[in-house]
Amino acid sequence: MTDTMAAPGAVLLQSTVRPGRRLRNVAATVWMWGALLVALIPLGAVIYYLVSKGIAVFNLSFLTEDIPASPRRTGGGMGPAVVGTLIITLTAAVMAIPTGILGAIYLHEYGAKGKLAAVTRFMADVMSGVPSIVMGLFIYATWVLVFGLSGFAGALALAALMLPIVIRSTEEMLRLVPNELREASYALGNSKWRTIVTVVLPAAMAGITSGAMLAVARAAGETAPLLFCVGVTSKVNWNVFSGANTALSAQIFANAQTPFAGAQERALGAAFTLVAIVFLLTVLARFISSRYSVKTR
Amino acid sequence: MSDLDLRSHADVTESQTAADPEAAPGRPTADPSSVEPSAVAPSEPEAAAGPGDEGPLDPSQAVFELADLAVHYGEFCAVRGVDMTIRKNEITAFIGPSGCGKTTVLRCLNRMNDLVVGARVTGQVLYHGVDLYDDRVDPVEVRKRIGMVFQKPNPFPKSIYDNVAFGPKVAGIRKKADLDEIVEEALTKAALWDEVKDRLGKSGIGLSGGQQQRLCIARTIATRPEVVLMDEPCSALDPIATARIEDLMAELKHEYTIVIVTHNMQQAARVSDRTAFFTAEVNDIDDTRTGLLVEFDATERIFSTPTDQRTENYVTGRFG
Ligand SMILES: Nc1ncnc2c1ncn2[C@@H]1O[C@H](COP(=O)(O)OP(=O)(O)OP(=O)(O)O)[C@@H](O)[C@H]1O
Ligand SMILES: [Mg+2]
Repeated sequence: MTDTMAAPGAVLLQSTVRPGRRLRNVAATVWMWGALLVALIPLGAVIYYLVSKGIAVFNLSFLTEDIPASPRRTGGGMGPAVVGTLIITLTAAVMAIPTGILGAIYLHEYGAKGKLAAVTRFMADVMSGVPSIVMGLFIYATWVLVFGLSGFAGALALAALMLPIVIRSTEEMLRLVPNELREASYALGNSKWRTIVTVVLPAAMAGITSGAMLAVARAAGETAPLLFCVGVTSKVNWNVFSGANTALSAQIFANAQTPFAGAQERALGAAFTLVAIVFLLTVLARFISSRYSVKTR
Repeated sequence: MSDLDLRSHADVTESQTAADPEAAPGRPTADPSSVEPSAVAPSEPEAAAGPGDEGPLDPSQAVFELADLAVHYGEFCAVRGVDMTIRKNEITAFIGPSGCGKTTVLRCLNRMNDLVVGARVTGQVLYHGVDLYDDRVDPVEVRKRIGMVFQKPNPFPKSIYDNVAFGPKVAGIRKKADLDEIVEEALTKAALWDEVKDRLGKSGIGLSGGQQQRLCIARTIATRPEVVLMDEPCSALDPIATARIEDLMAELKHEYTIVIVTHNMQQAARVSDRTAFFTAEVNDIDDTRTGLLVEFDATERIFSTPTDQRTENYVTGRFG
């Protein structure tokens, strides 16, 4: 009697019944941790290099001072490039993010299976594969040759690069919002547009924000299109619409190329600044999306 | 046209409701005398066969009149041949085996099937004599008057308070004090208030399945619709909460009209005034199953002396 009672439970204690599974488990765990380590090494190395080299040149005056006219000179700062990066990226974001989100809303909530939506989706995919230098060339040919170099020309190129990322990531997030939520809203007498604004977008907010921030981070680091659309300046230019401007990425490129120690230091400082800006943007995005998005607790 | 004006007038509604919450479309002031009797009362013969000794149906008592209703999803005919009259201040229960189209028919009553790509509704659905599928009818207006609780709990990923206040806000109620009152009343009626009154700011998603369903019920009744459609509202509830919801339905019935889908036959027998029994028939040609209405009658008749053999088999548990 007791034997038959104990038997079904006792099986659970015999952990040696499947040594094969145990082995596979160990192997998979080791492999996983190994892969994680391998992925972390380059990341850690880059950050270590940038911080250790960049921090030496980095201080408040580095952020505000003008770039020395001659690369031979030491000291100076990256003020114009910091300003340029911020206003060019901001202008691009202002153009691309709302457009991209509205476009994605059309694609997923309205166009869905229509021809126009399919074509737009395809174009967005193609556009996200276009190399940034090609985008820069395009803006150069259509805008810069007519209106001249400006921060805005660079912003146009960056916006064109961001747009497909924003569209596709937003659409993906809208797709994740369960249809039941839309139905619940309609059943309460809410209209389609208000359902999107009051239910769908808040539910997708976290994902949409990180997608948009990813696009911004990518744009902030772009170099190629800025080289020919924005030009170069060594003085701060707050006007994004006229006059040559500059950006951190372009300055890294220009300064790192020179054989002069001062310029190379500035390049490292600029690289550190750029990473810091992108890092801050990411943290900010996290904060915003956790603040305003889905309540799960 | 008083409360029956279902045509699009979104802008008017917005401004009206902002100024006067009492006139919100969420609280229709039902006035049967203003209801035009429908020129054709297509389901009258069937309905007359149903209630029998209760005398002829007063047209103003008919909330929904369905005639030869059929729903297709693409090529597939999900349910057909539905004729019934759903009466004011009554609870009408839909029973039948899984997949026989109860949900589908229920969703026709507030035009939720509009949202399903490929769904096609044919036949007639009159709401107080107005064809719900008339081109001039605005589905948004329809849904403001005819609320729905879904089979699967679907609270918004918002706070408990915001979930319940959602409908009233849509209807234009903005005053915090009014909303507070509505939220408390709705949650109390849905038998949830005591469990959540200390955490109204917490997410509706964090509740248990049964609590979520009661939250959805509260969310629906907070809009004070004229009709409440409930798709298996108690399937995730324990007996105590189920009893509270049944009490709620009995109470709501004085003001509202309720249609409930249930798999629980005791529940149908306990709460409903009229019961519709659906079943599914296998089509010979393509081996699909199409639902149809077998019998619609006073509840005690369905459960004691049904006229159709299939109904009898089902309610006595001999369904095969
Ligand atoms: N959106 C849809 N698209 C295609 N077919 C559907 C859809 N919804 C339901 N159906 C089909 O219509 C038929 C009726 O479904 P319905 O959900 O109305 O059944 P039900 O009676 O509510 O069943 P249950 O008791 O299991 O909830 C089923 O065959 C189902 O597969
Ligand atoms: Mg169902």
